[in-house]
Amino acid sequence: MWRDAALVAGKDLRIEGRSRVALSQVAPFGIVALVLFAFALGPDRQTMAKGAPGLFWVAVLFCTVLAIQRSVSVESSDGASDGLRLSGIDPAGLYLGKAVAVAAQLVVLEALLGVGVVLLYGAHIEVPWMIVVSCVLGTIGLAATGTLYGALSSGLRVRETLLPFLLLPIAAPVLLAGTRIWQAAMAGGTPSDGTQWLRLLVVFDAVYLAIGVVLFGPIQETA
Amino acid sequence: MAPVALPPSAVSLRDAVALSGRFPLLAGVDLEVAVGETVLVEGPNGAGKTSLLRVCAGLVPLASGYLAVLGLDPARNRVGVRRRVGLLSHASHLYDDLTVRENVRFAVRAAGGDVDRIDPALERWGLVGRLAKTSAGKLSAGQRRRVALAVLTARWPEVWLLDEPHAGLDASARLLLDQAVRDAASSGVTVLIASHESGPVEDLAGRAVTVTGGRVTGERDLVSAPSAPNATPVDRGGTDNVTGPVAHVA
Repeated sequence: MWRDAALVAGKDLRIEGRSRVALSQVAPFGIVALVLFAFALGPDRQTMAKGAPGLFWVAVLFCTVLAIQRSVSVESSDGASDGLRLSGIDPAGLYLGKAVAVAAQLVVLEALLGVGVVLLYGAHIEVPWMIVVSCVLGTIGLAATGTLYGALSSGLRVRETLLPFLLLPIAAPVLLAGTRIWQAAMAGGTPSDGTQWLRLLVVFDAVYLAIGVVLFGPIQETA
Repeated sequence: MAPVALPPSAVSLRDAVALSGRFPLLAGVDLEVAVGETVLVEGPNGAGKTSLLRVCAGLVPLASGYLAVLGLDPARNRVGVRRRVGLLSHASHLYDDLTVRENVRFAVRAAGGDVDRIDPALERWGLVGRLAKTSAGKLSAGQRRRVALAVLTARWPEVWLLDEPHAGLDASARLLLDQAVRDAASSGVTVLIASHESGPVEDLAGRAVTVTGGRVTGERDLVSAPSAPNATPVDRGGTDNVTGPVAHVA
């Protein structure tokens, strides 16, 4: 399973390295979303800083949808998904590999969006490690759910519109917990202020990774 | 009385029915293919040839009936069957942003194949030099077909399922393909070739079965009568009337 996961993750990241879709399209989209949020909130820096945590995670969610759609489309051209199935690759390894590749792209996107939030909204982070931990756990959760729901929608003609409809409500706990942890980190709170939300992210990640490992194969066969 | 030892079946289908939604892809196929046999599956467009190969590859599940590939049930041992079967289909299964060599390497490693066979396979299909380093997205349809064939020959599975294998290939590649099929057959590989133009591939097969309307409706021996124009109708009386040279003992 781990060998297959490394193989698939390496393949997806190599494809991304060549096509640069995440950097040339998804990242600019996320930055534009942040700028538009800033326009909507007005020139008051205090208001923007207050809303920064939620807006960061909304932008990350939008970018996740695009990254997952790209991950799915890579496998849908020229029957590549059939090729993967025919190779006899372990479905759990395939799921983990694709999730790792999406997570790696999201980490880069979150770093860019984090810088954007600090520069555009004047967000001041008092406890950086809480931000880092929330981003790592949130990224795992988004990649785990996104890869699963991406596979679920992959065989459908309406997958581009169905995926956000399926994924965004499911990812709401990541948005909620990530925002609360960021608020605590920006307010200079103690670690205990974000502990319950970090626990929520850990449970969310574990549950969806387990579901993905078990169900990705059957979903792939029926999609 | 001791049972007679029969050669094992590579592919065994009995009253096999496969559906796409409510549309029947296979409507009760009976077919036995012995290990090492090369069989031509002929029939008009839409007859069910491609579906038959996809069922044998374990890509399409049976709605009813019996299927065993190399003695394994693809529904229960999906990975075990797929690792031993190779399908050359209409799609090339390539990633446009990977080079020719990277595509072959990924496919072989994903299938648990021997990476030492990659270079000989690329050479066999003329995919060397700059071509090996070219992105698959820049290749012509015929070149993509060659890459798909390089994957197949690098993997060298025990059962080859070739769907319209000559489609998109130039004359030299067709000759290479014919030679690869002969080499496979001589090494004990079982080959099923689906084609609506039986002429060009008849020399490769020992037997031809005709598929019409999702059923095997005829069969002819290509060794003793290679150019026989009329197929012998197959008795469709039931699952006991299994076609082919191998009597399957339950």
